[in-house]
Amino acid sequence: MAMASVLGIFAHVDTTLDAIRKLREKGFSELTVYTPVPVEEIEEEIERVRPLSKVRLFTLVGALTGTSTGFFLTIWSSLKWSLVTGAKDPVSFPPFIIIAFELTILFGGLATALAILLLGRLPRLSPSPTYDPRFTLDRFGVAVSCPPETAATVTSLLTASGAEEVRR
Amino acid sequence: MSVATQPGQPSWADVNRDVARTVGMPGNTYFAWMCLVALILGCGVLAWAYQIWTGMGAAGKRTPQMWAMYITTFVFWIGIGHAGTLISAILYLFRAKWRTSIYRGAEAMTVFAVMTAGLFPLIHAGRMWFAYWLTPYPNQRYLWPNFKSPLVWDVFAISTYLTISVVFFLVGLVPDIAALRDQSTGVKKKIYAVMSLGWEGSDSQWRHYRRAYGLLASLATPLVLSVHSVVSFDFAMALVPGWHSTLFAPFFVDGAIFSGFAMVLLLIIPMRYLFNWYAYITDKHMDAMAKLILVTSLVLTYFYICEAFTSWYSGEHFERASLFYRATRQYAWAFWLQYLCNSVVPLVFFWRKARTHIATLYIVSLFVLVGMWFERFNIIVLGLGFDFYPYTWGTYYPTVTDSTIIVGSFAWFFLLFLGFIRVMPSLSIVEVKEVLAHPLKHAPGGRH
Repeated sequence: MAMASVLGIFAHVDTTLDAIRKLREKGFSELTVYTPVPVEEIEEEIERVRPLSKVRLFTLVGALTGTSTGFFLTIWSSLKWSLVTGAKDPVSFPPFIIIAFELTILFGGLATALAILLLGRLPRLSPSPTYDPRFTLDRFGVAVSCPPETAATVTSLLTASGAEEVRR
Repeated sequence: MSVATQPGQPSWADVNRDVARTVGMPGNTYFAWMCLVALILGCGVLAWAYQIWTGMGAAGKRTPQMWAMYITTFVFWIGIGHAGTLISAILYLFRAKWRTSIYRGAEAMTVFAVMTAGLFPLIHAGRMWFAYWLTPYPNQRYLWPNFKSPLVWDVFAISTYLTISVVFFLVGLVPDIAALRDQSTGVKKKIYAVMSLGWEGSDSQWRHYRRAYGLLASLATPLVLSVHSVVSFDFAMALVPGWHSTLFAPFFVDGAIFSGFAMVLLLIIPMRYLFNWYAYITDKHMDAMAKLILVTSLVLTYFYICEAFTSWYSGEHFERASLFYRATRQYAWAFWLQYLCNSVVPLVFFWRKARTHIATLYIVSLFVLVGMWFERFNIIVLGLGFDFYPYTWGTYYPTVTDSTIIVGSFAWFFLLFLGFIRVMPSLSIVEVKEVLAHPLKHAPGGRH
């Protein structure tokens, strides 16, 4: 079934939060909230019903890949091209830890940046239909995806919460 | 009652406006500065070309000081590159709110300083077209770098630091560029639209972004502390008197932070004046920066005392002789200048008024930068100039070529920074807004 989109534009954090709570109470869960800055109260409200971000999984996998690459590269290349001095073993862990550490940070950091792109679905080639340029200035947006027959209810809920402007 | 902002505080719209106006078409003064800096850079490039054409003798490098001004300046620029990530990552994790107004400029400074530092091993090595030999890559001769060499650790540490600093810097820029995109028109809007990656500030984007930013800060924190430790190993792992010390890692890290903060002050003071950002970069920020310079100066002085004490207390003849040589022979002026600039001059910041007095802040910062350059000069040139055997002793004389290249490196750094402040938001729109009062319709506590 085709869904309708209703967007409420707010000037204040508390009215935005109120709208999110009321919409949730009435069973509207398909919400997209736009904010100029991350707002802790809004984040907490949204996070309540959503699993935690998987970014840290990317970081962990990236960092572990870096550690193993660092040790593999140093150990393997030392065995392949041995520079034996003083009859000592060519594989020497203390200096290799430095390379492994650097690659842990490097791969972990790059994987974290990749996570922002993949999980945040960036880059976006065209703006979302509900996006408004004021959302990077000083306005908050609550976009609701709902069946067309409930759009009137959503509109009145958003208006009652204090939306400056409501549009479909 | 609508509670938008606290009295005297800029509103969120003010922040966008105040940052957006800095990325407009600059005036003639700006272009005049750019031309001057580009001219100096041009001289540096010509000097480098001359050095490549005639050989490394043009740089005044001869036995025993084969590491001279280039490595001194390399360590200096790496040190400068420390403050940015320290402010953006470590102070972020500590939730130090005052960092928000200065961290973007400091981060840009870090990236450009590390880019400048990265040029010096290439200049120093002479045949820089073989620089890729330092990186591990499969080749027909099965040759691999010696991973037990501190010089190879350096390659890894600095490339990682540059990459992570650039990533951290770009990630922080995305929401701010989106804000500029929404306030621009025409071609500028199109360019910012591409650079902002289509950022919209939706809850799902913020959710991943915030976690990722925190994780990047957590990764960058040990990196900041490790980079200059690894640079210090270039010296500490050698047996040269005055170098072979376990003190070097914390000594170098503290010195790096010290000089980095001085450079941040040197850059943000004119920025505040030119962009009229007095509402964002206040005396409180100047005071905090001055306090950090004072603390790092005191720690550095403690290291200087430890260094001298251990040279004497060790009973080691060469260590004592090296210290005596540095303090009394032909380079004594450089040795004592370092102490004056790094240990004595910053003490003025014990005086509260000096911490917010712009001329004092500027002059002390310049002294610190001069002192920290000479500190590296004293370690490298003086350390190599007085070794174990009298036949290896020597005096280094700078040449026009190496001095011009070094002045050119400053021009390269300032050219990048001047370019940045006119095309990118040099104040973080999002983070500055975050610390301002959030707009509320109903005042907290139920008041209306």
